[in-house]
Amino acid sequence: MSLLSVSDLSILLKSGEGQPIVDRISFALEPGQRLGLIGESGSGKSLTTLAVTGLLPPGLRATGSVLLDGTQVIGARDRTLDRVRGHAAAVVFQEPSTALDPLMRLGKQIAEPLRRHRGLRGAALRSAVAAALDEVALPTRVAGAYPHEVSGGQRQRAAIAMALACRPKLLIADEPTTALDVTVQAEVLALLDRLAAAHDMALLFVSHDLAVIGKVTDEVLVLSQGRAVRTGPLAEVLSNPGDDYTRSLVASARRLDAALDLTPEVSDDSRGA
Amino acid sequence: MRRRAFLVTGIVLVAVVLAVALLSLFWTPFPAADTTGGRLEGPGAHHLLGTDKLGRDLLTRLMIGARIAVAVGAGAVALGALLGGAAGLLAAFANRWLDDSLAALLDILIAFPTLLLAMLVVAARGASLASAIVAIGLAMSAIVARLTRVLAKRVLAMDYVTAARTSGVSWPRIVWAHVLPNIWPTLAVNLALQFGLAVLAEASLSYLGLGPPPPNASWGRLLQEAQSTVLTAPVGAIAPGVLLVVLVVGVNLLADGLRDVADPTRRRHR
Ligand SMILES: Nc1ncnc2c1ncn2[C@@H]1O[C@H](COP(=O)(O)OP(=O)(O)OP(=O)(O)O)[C@@H](O)[C@H]1O
Ligand SMILES: [Mg+2]
Repeated sequence: MSLLSVSDLSILLKSGEGQPIVDRISFALEPGQRLGLIGESGSGKSLTTLAVTGLLPPGLRATGSVLLDGTQVIGARDRTLDRVRGHAAAVVFQEPSTALDPLMRLGKQIAEPLRRHRGLRGAALRSAVAAALDEVALPTRVAGAYPHEVSGGQRQRAAIAMALACRPKLLIADEPTTALDVTVQAEVLALLDRLAAAHDMALLFVSHDLAVIGKVTDEVLVLSQGRAVRTGPLAEVLSNPGDDYTRSLVASARRLDAALDLTPEVSDDSRGA
Repeated sequence: MRRRAFLVTGIVLVAVVLAVALLSLFWTPFPAADTTGGRLEGPGAHHLLGTDKLGRDLLTRLMIGARIAVAVGAGAVALGALLGGAAGLLAAFANRWLDDSLAALLDILIAFPTLLLAMLVVAARGASLASAIVAIGLAMSAIVARLTRVLAKRVLAMDYVTAARTSGVSWPRIVWAHVLPNIWPTLAVNLALQFGLAVLAEASLSYLGLGPPPPNASWGRLLQEAQSTVLTAPVGAIAPGVLLVVLVVGVNLLADGLRDVADPTRRRHR
């Protein structure tokens, strides 16, 4: 059985006005499998991930079918979903500044899911928090800090530690590195890659950048204006882009790769991607 | 630091009034209804601040006034915080239709003058300390509700709430662990300011003769009674005014200082 099976998912305004924001997309994830969701800004990537866990903002509704770990998410009551959430899926968001509660020490935020899902208390809880921090390569003293007292990269690591604390079968990462600078970005990507493999987690990775997606997954689904325009192995999409949008994505990924490889003396050459 | 000095000043001013109010519960120079003093005596050894038209000791009346001011401020803030906080949270969680209706209702309540509302309550229940608290607390709860609604909505839209929901944390738990702590600093500052406004509102009510009945007169009534004799016995008019200013300025300074204490992201050093 698939861990996540999405078929004909559409997202519409509750008022019923206008076009669907996401229009009949389908995909599936087996346990441990990875999928990159790529598309331009506003194409519906974030809403798709929210629909997967049944957390669409008020004012929007989803139709179609989303089976998450055997539970139908669409139309399900909160009570039902609360039982699936946590064990089945966890999320890491783009903005580390809003992904953590500014008024709660990091250690406490990481302890929350450990307490709830694994029933840990006292000394066992403290050592689990230390282990969770260690796993994302954060020093133990970070536990006593507020989010504004650590760097953006550290915040994102803490958010990852929180998401992993429930040992979810599926990790949803919504542009987790976009707000970070390039070196930190590479570190966080490597961390996600390593942890997903270590815990045999499935990964739904959202980005608008093929070069970033290429670092963690081999399968992609290309969204454009709410429609799935391409889906398949990354290598295939790269060699044979098909539609115009995918072609432009590939071109910009090539340019970025080229820019990273460029030596100073040819840096002003456009290389005519 | 300048802010620190403001906070300390605020605490001292409020503490003085609080201490006087507490003391008045156990001891006043004269009984509240004592009229044995001479008419409009000036300050002297027997009556430290002099007496009023009926020969009552002014210091005694001021102390009792402090008690009434603090009681009304605290009572109205408690009522406003509970009622307004609950309504605001409800609106933040409500569906579009209920939320819009509540927001409209709050706007109407806020536009309604506090004094007019207070007069209606007094007309219905009679003038008393409790009436003043209910009237002012009701008016305050509309303001608190509107603020709570906006603040809570902002927290609910944050990624950390979505992340918590994704990992199966229930709504009540989210309100307790994330929403309340995050709206509290702003709310507490606002409530402190509302305390000052409540004291002023009560003084206005009493000035109009709608406050607690004599002999337990509030500062507003003292001001009103001293009005006709302000030239011959100025202390009677000045003293309640000064105390009113001390308390209101005190809570305002306190509110400002509180903002920094309650919010770790605003603290410079840890
Ligand atoms: N709460 C909402 N109500 C109505 N429309 C919304 C809401 N949230 C998002 N939308 C619309 O849905 C579309 C898709 O939004 P979404 O956030 O999924 O885009 P995205 O692909 O994640 O973009 P980005 O790369 O910028 O994060 C956007 O056009 C947006 O205007
Ligand atoms: Mg997005």
